[in-house]
Amino acid sequence: MKIIEADKVCFSYRIAGADGAEETLAPAVRELSLDIGEGEFVAVLGRNGSGKSTFAKLINALLTPSAGQLNVSGYSTAGEEHIWNIRQTAGMVFQNPDNQIVATIVEEDVAFGPENLGVPTAEIRARVDEALATVGMGDYALHSPHFLSGGQKQRVCIAGVLAMKPRIIILDEPTAMLDPIGRREVLAAVSRLNRQEGMTVLLITHYMEEAVMADRVVVMDKGAAVLQGTPGEVFLHGPLLRELGLNLPQITEIGARLAECGLPVKPGILTINEMADELCSILNSK
Amino acid sequence: MLHTKLEINNLVFTYNKGASFEKKALDNVNLKIGAGEFMGLIGCTGSGKSTLIQQFNALLKPESGNVLLDGTDIHADKSRLKEVRRKVGLVFQYPEQQLFEETVAKDVAFGPKNLGLPAEEIEERVKWALDMVGLTPEMGEQSPFDLSGGQKRRAAIAGVLAMKPEVLVLDEPAAGLDPVGRDEILMKIREMHKRTGITIILVSHSMEDVARLVERIAVINGGRIVMDDIPAAVFSRAPELEQMGLSAPQAALLAQELQKRGFRLRDGLYTVEDVVAAVAQELSVNKGLNHK
Repeated sequence: MKIIEADKVCFSYRIAGADGAEETLAPAVRELSLDIGEGEFVAVLGRNGSGKSTFAKLINALLTPSAGQLNVSGYSTAGEEHIWNIRQTAGMVFQNPDNQIVATIVEEDVAFGPENLGVPTAEIRARVDEALATVGMGDYALHSPHFLSGGQKQRVCIAGVLAMKPRIIILDEPTAMLDPIGRREVLAAVSRLNRQEGMTVLLITHYMEEAVMADRVVVMDKGAAVLQGTPGEVFLHGPLLRELGLNLPQITEIGARLAECGLPVKPGILTINEMADELCSILNSK
Repeated sequence: MLHTKLEINNLVFTYNKGASFEKKALDNVNLKIGAGEFMGLIGCTGSGKSTLIQQFNALLKPESGNVLLDGTDIHADKSRLKEVRRKVGLVFQYPEQQLFEETVAKDVAFGPKNLGLPAEEIEERVKWALDMVGLTPEMGEQSPFDLSGGQKRRAAIAGVLAMKPEVLVLDEPAAGLDPVGRDEILMKIREMHKRTGITIILVSHSMEDVARLVERIAVINGGRIVMDDIPAAVFSRAPELEQMGLSAPQAALLAQELQKRGFRLRDGLYTVEDVVAAVAQELSVNKGLNHK
């Protein structure tokens, strides 16, 4: 079942003209067509300004398309009437956890969303406990968020979104400000949500290594989806990705360069273990 | 041995000293940075690295121990603090959030103007600083808000360069940029180091970025410097780095895995180029494969 259906979606930002000049339009998303199935894990790549974050805000109905049709779990984002259903369906996590935490106690922060939805108290308790457990932060329920590490804070933000029982979670560069362990923790939580809870995940990232975890990678450029496929397929296109302001995961890059040296390395290998297996088999082959 | 530019001796620093939230952030830190050196400083969130870099230009004062710039204690003479802060330039995370002027050039000129320099000198410095970060004079006349993310970041760095610092501390200069934006900014920093001989300290969470640039890495953990060595030596201790919440570049991890599986690769490989060359050689020598 499709949970997001984008058909030729367009969106332009209005730029106010200086000194009384007329306002101009800056197109950010142009005729973007993209379907995302329920339970899918999609990574969105693209250079700064390619329209990734605008697309995320369109899904969440923070912005509405200027042309085209965007449906989220069957509701059109264009009208006002389904806006709360849509926002509850599609939860967003942003780059900086410090801008998203509102309470002084972790569990109160996670409870903020369901409280605003008018969820009964007993159920809020259950949802908060479950959400914190899901991201591995159950032991910190009564802590102050300000003394947590970046990765822990970001997982609290994810729990806050989960407590609203969304069907899709959109993460806009959730690890950009985190250290390596923070990145590992957040990615492990996201991956678990998808694999075990069947949550639809849309991960916007500048880290090619993170896109490797997804079922499907979508590359955006100038507001449109220009390349998509499994990570193995997308990362076959080194030169094109470079043109689009991206690069290859280091392991895939090493494979591509070894192939250029004339070695029979299979293209599109993504992980250290797979690459080690491949190189060992070349070493041991007759 | 290089002339020592910045020297940290037995530095201890505690936040909220005496309060119930007391937290020792730096615990007997010793570090010497040579003039013209390009050093990486890595550590996980809360390791003390931000506290340490704020000690470099006297934004914080040591509880005990001292910080010497060119051999002089930076806190010895209060009237010299301004000079210390000019000599040690700090570029914080997301510095583009601090851009405020109408044009990029005016923004870059803000620091030198405050130094009370003559107009020609200011103009000269602005031109030089923009060139250093790879922005054209035409871009200088634009509003900072019309630039791309990576360009804005570089404009903000130019603002610090225009103060002609002798030591430049960059805190996560590439965070949030796309891969090409990262490349551009990191290559400009490398070029700037080569052209000016300025001492640079790069703070980053990206082991891949650090690996490409620096000559030496200091690892800080729990307020202590726990490793201080060339990148090859630091990245060969991957399991220890992992325990500290850090990691080694993927290329280094692959080389180490291959060694475990019997590849005869030399120790301490950590860049894509070196790993490719070493693996290609090992496979070709072994198999007599054609290899250009």
